[in-house]
Amino acid sequence: MEPLSWGQIALQLAIRFVPVWVALIVTFTLSIAYKRKLGLYGKLFDNTIGMVGFGLVMFWVYTALFVGVFDMIMTHDPLSTAMGMKNEPPGTPLRSPDEGEFAYYLLGGDTLARDVFSRMVAGAWVVIRIAPLATLFAFMVGITLGLPAGYFGGKLDSALSFLANLILAFPVILLFYLLVTPEMVETGIPSYMAIVLFLFPIIFLAVLINSRYRTQPPKRNVMLAVLIFVLGWAYLSLISDPETRVAFLPPWLDLFNIPGGILVVFVSVVFVNAPTVFRIVRGLTLDIKTRDYVAAAQTRGEGAWYIMLWEILPNTRGPLIVDFCLRIGYTTILLGTLGFFGLGLPPESPDWGTTINQGRKLLSIYPHPAIVPAVALLSMVLGLNLLADGLREESLKD
Amino acid sequence: MLLFLLRRIGVMILTALCLSFIVFFLTNLPPNLEKIAKYEGNARMSDEEVAGWLENNGFNQPTLVRYGEWLGVVPGWTNDRGERVTGRCITGDLTAETAPARCGILQGYWGESRVFRDDVSNIVAVRLWMTGKLMLWVMLLMVPAALIIGVLAGMREGSKTDRTLSTVSIATTATPEYVSGVILIAVFASSAVGLKWFKGTATSAMDNATFENFFLPVLTISLYGMGYIARMTRASMAEVMTAQYIRTARLKGVSFRNIVLKHALRNALIAPFTVIMLQFPWLLNGVVVVETLFNYKGLGWALVQAAGNNDIDLLLGISVVSVLVVLVTQLISDIGYVYLNPRIRIS
Repeated sequence: MEPLSWGQIALQLAIRFVPVWVALIVTFTLSIAYKRKLGLYGKLFDNTIGMVGFGLVMFWVYTALFVGVFDMIMTHDPLSTAMGMKNEPPGTPLRSPDEGEFAYYLLGGDTLARDVFSRMVAGAWVVIRIAPLATLFAFMVGITLGLPAGYFGGKLDSALSFLANLILAFPVILLFYLLVTPEMVETGIPSYMAIVLFLFPIIFLAVLINSRYRTQPPKRNVMLAVLIFVLGWAYLSLISDPETRVAFLPPWLDLFNIPGGILVVFVSVVFVNAPTVFRIVRGLTLDIKTRDYVAAAQTRGEGAWYIMLWEILPNTRGPLIVDFCLRIGYTTILLGTLGFFGLGLPPESPDWGTTINQGRKLLSIYPHPAIVPAVALLSMVLGLNLLADGLREESLKD
Repeated sequence: MLLFLLRRIGVMILTALCLSFIVFFLTNLPPNLEKIAKYEGNARMSDEEVAGWLENNGFNQPTLVRYGEWLGVVPGWTNDRGERVTGRCITGDLTAETAPARCGILQGYWGESRVFRDDVSNIVAVRLWMTGKLMLWVMLLMVPAALIIGVLAGMREGSKTDRTLSTVSIATTATPEYVSGVILIAVFASSAVGLKWFKGTATSAMDNATFENFFLPVLTISLYGMGYIARMTRASMAEVMTAQYIRTARLKGVSFRNIVLKHALRNALIAPFTVIMLQFPWLLNGVVVVETLFNYKGLGWALVQAAGNNDIDLLLGISVVSVLVVLVTQLISDIGYVYLNPRIRIS
């Protein structure tokens, strides 16, 4: 068979992404049709930059979902190799394709003769699973500590700010090299950090519900019991892993285990991001606590946590949503950095950083195995930045 | 002002002590020490032999004591084994009598690199010089370019120039060094595209930096920081351009060019100054990535080597240097901010 020309490659790629196009068109049509009823999200569709950013982000989200959940889009298995396809340029046909197998390596083969295109879309699934969740956890930690630091001030504020500045003064890569090495995993320090960091979402939600329904004890008790049971169980199964030092749950109680390395990567990314979120939340709290509605709530005799979580926090949502988008992008970059230095994730993992790291060795002769994941990462982070920019512009309008 | 300065320096020293202790603790965990013992002795040592080696070499003391020794405030360990006395400070020609009691960072003894077989202070000095050269060129390229982009975009907010330049700066902030580096090498240095304008490695730039072998690494680091500084400058410039005195100048009939250059620019550059100083921690990250990617043997490269080979003393030395760089730039940025902006009164 003849190798595909660049036009044919583009056409084939467009065909592979058909489910994503359909999903994008449906999303955009529905959103634009109902944009006046959708609040800030709807206003995004008045803004060209925001729309472009949203499109790019959703492209990767849908790609990840179709790859990870429905097993579509991918042409080959991201880990399997094919004979004679080592470093072949984009559009090369397979030597002897099996029955029903896709006959081309659309974006070429890498140094181990794996399909670059399939690895790239499989990498999207890895990134989309880790980055937003890690950012969310960082926000939970940052909010839970930043609100009281800003609201109460004093010694608590000084101590927490000192800790945050301590972590921020660390060069990130040094921190990664110290935390994400096999020796460190052996000592169990990342697992202990996971125990502390993953406790924050539970504390946050428990305090959130408690402060709201404190006056209705029966309702509060039921809600708290359900919350602590469900999240507590998930928390215990999350931190208990037979392969690390923290393994106390019997297997029949352990709901799930995070595959090798991902938990460590997750913990270190949360750890690096949380201090910045803390500083932002603290600053916003300092600003908002002087407002009249906070004084009104204090006069009503509301508790400190009620004021923090139900009066101050909702009013910081604008800047926080914008920062959340930016921070997912930053987390994606951090994940890529970890992969680039071969830390954390297993070497055969299809995530973008690891793939770039493997491709860079032969960069000046065969650039395609490194360029493809690089462009993928670039487009996703760019999308998140543009989305944040659009959101900021629209939220400032009113 | 003096009190503020003293307090800032006090906090800085406290931070540096905490950070160096954290690094010391994390690099001196039992598995790391065991690896050192096997590296120095032999790979098939039994557990008892490892424990014996660690005891003979002063590794079995409490971490805090060893941190004190490393820092140079606690006397170094000595070990009297009958025929000869060994100790932390007894190196080279020194004997138990002539060796100083304390030897640590404060006395200028940084330890010895186990991988490069050289004094850490020598390695750090050489590598720091290499990285300094890289950073100098990065600053020379990044700061003026970012300020020009920011001022051009901010002087007419909402214009086409503003839109274009803002999008460009967003794009550069969204491109981490390992992505832009890979793309730049592929386009300008690979045989696949065929432009071959620059070299894909910067190894030769260590002795003899030319435009051909040094431009790509400098550009790669600059691009990532440039967008952020440009956006800050743009915001600051746009704010200044709406100020009363600019309107007055415009009503007086001052030309637009003079308004921008003489009235707006000075006030618009206060905010970016802090941002530029605070970019240093980020730049350090970029340096590590770029030095690895372009095989330029500076401090970042040495960090990767030290961390990858469990070279404790070198890793500690590099951490101390990088943490100090970060803290000093933070201090300079605080002082500079006060100095540049007389409206700020520090409590």
